[in-house]
Amino acid sequence: MSTVTHTSGQGRPDAVLPAGPEAGRRAGVAASSIGGRIFNGFSHLFLAVWAIMVVYPLLWVVMSALKTDSEVIREPLSLIPKSLQWDNFARAWTAGIDSFFLNTLLVLVFSVTLTMLLGSMAAYALARYEFRGNRLIYWMFLSGLTLPVYLAAVPLFKGVYNMNVVFPLLGPNKHVTLILVYVAWSLSFTVFFMHSFFRTLPDSIAEAAMVDGATHTRTFFSVMLPMAKPGLISIGIFNVLGQWNQWYLPTLLMQSVSGEPKHQVIAQGLIELSVNQGYKSDWSGLFAGVTMAMLPVLIVYIVFQRQVQSGLTAGVGK
Amino acid sequence: MRHGVARFVTGFLALPVALYLFYVVWPFAQAAGYSLTDWGGYSDSQHFVGLDNYVRLLSDELIRKAFWHNVFFLVTVPLFTIALALFLAFLLNVGGREDRAGIRGVLGSGLYKVIFFFPQVLSLVVIAVMWQQIYRTDEQGLINGLLIKIGLVDPQNPIAFTADPEPFLGIPAVLWWLLLIAVWSGAGFYMVLFSAAMQSIPKDIYEAAILDGAGRFHTFFKVTLPLLRDTISVAWVYLGFIALDMYALVFVMTPSQGGPNHASEIFASVIQFNAFQKGQFGYACAIAVALAIFTILLAALQLRITRRDRIEF
Repeated sequence: MSTVTHTSGQGRPDAVLPAGPEAGRRAGVAASSIGGRIFNGFSHLFLAVWAIMVVYPLLWVVMSALKTDSEVIREPLSLIPKSLQWDNFARAWTAGIDSFFLNTLLVLVFSVTLTMLLGSMAAYALARYEFRGNRLIYWMFLSGLTLPVYLAAVPLFKGVYNMNVVFPLLGPNKHVTLILVYVAWSLSFTVFFMHSFFRTLPDSIAEAAMVDGATHTRTFFSVMLPMAKPGLISIGIFNVLGQWNQWYLPTLLMQSVSGEPKHQVIAQGLIELSVNQGYKSDWSGLFAGVTMAMLPVLIVYIVFQRQVQSGLTAGVGK
Repeated sequence: MRHGVARFVTGFLALPVALYLFYVVWPFAQAAGYSLTDWGGYSDSQHFVGLDNYVRLLSDELIRKAFWHNVFFLVTVPLFTIALALFLAFLLNVGGREDRAGIRGVLGSGLYKVIFFFPQVLSLVVIAVMWQQIYRTDEQGLINGLLIKIGLVDPQNPIAFTADPEPFLGIPAVLWWLLLIAVWSGAGFYMVLFSAAMQSIPKDIYEAAILDGAGRFHTFFKVTLPLLRDTISVAWVYLGFIALDMYALVFVMTPSQGGPNHASEIFASVIQFNAFQKGQFGYACAIAVALAIFTILLAALQLRITRRDRIEF
């Protein structure tokens, strides 16, 4: 994050360039400094324009959430509401967002924990132990990264639907189902990521622990897992964001089978709210719903921005 | 000791592998099986029809349309996103003032990076719902409202955005409007990625280039860009996957999820349409298998093209 941004960079006395070429270089700087300044100004201008293009829509949504409905319709462009309508949030909250949040939290607490635990256990066993079938299992996990989820949608729905008869807890519209499905679908990337991480840890420490009489399991939990903390943080952020934003799997699986209310999660519920909005035309309520769905992640991101940026980019960089 | 290892490995792998087999591998395998039947999805009647579904999809007008729309996104999403991200990263890292110690990053680059990254943490659904409001076809919409106010757009005849099937450069306008959202939401992430890669390039390479009298544009195109090759090709592959998965946008933003009049159908929406609206699960699975094969071929192709000797530094 910390790029070189000295403001007082004009001619530092401790410039390290050798004396000979430096003289010529200095002349070059003088010659190009007008162009440099124009370019500097252009950079600022363009970057600022893009920043506004990113922030303005977000701000517009938040501010529209604080307007009255007639204000949303009559003065859609203004960013400053005449008076702050906090009850839009209350209305959206009771119109369903409360249960969306509750369901999402309930699912995520277990699904992220389980993903991390099972993912690192599998990755550790695959990365540090030789046994027959090791490569096969590793490639099996990896292949999940390239296959489109739509391919599995129909049979997955049918499998879960059939479960309803045998074991209702794992049927459609059940939190446990969604938790297990999230875990299963997150394993591919988690195993892939943690596998390469465990590979880089030195052997000597694990060996020392084993010599001291620790079992394999104990070595993993008290020695190796703590050492993998940076990797765990990255993949943890990745999974929290990924599962929080998940919409396709819940739309597929959290369907009502016998008329009972759907246990919708936030992204899924928001789609329904926006689709139904046409009938109710509660625009400020919709804006309030969108605001409530995006503010928590934005705030978490701003607080942990360094970790989030490096965590997410590390996922691609591998 | 050996026995202990076997028990440990089994204990650690049993649960994850079981979950993965049941919820991921088994559905995929079944899909491949269903693609050879005429199963409707709701009844128990299904017959083996061999490759009939695959023969049928070759002449399906809708699939041909969806295929070209997917190809359109596959080319444009990575192209525009990477170009914009590189440009932003370039401005951010070399747009600052020059002095004797070299060319600096622009002032406040940390802040820009935080802001540009915003869309990345938002759900595609939140983005889609938000843009639905931005793209509204009356004065309430952010863009139409603004343009009507300035007088650039006639209030009786506003921009139709994602309800507009009219071709622009031979491509339905609705797809261009969806592309804009994809680029808007992706550029910041790749800018941060490229920016990090630029900063990991050792300073002495730049110093050498500057000593040789290269300006910033020259340095960027002749030094930075070639050294970013690996990162760019990874980004291209990754964006390719995203381009194949524009479904959330199509689902939320287009009329009848793939409309108007099928102008924005992509593979995913055609699968959904056949499976859940027309009740042709077998056929939908065949389309999905075709998509999977297409994806894997594409990934293999991209890996082949982008593989090259790495430059170590």
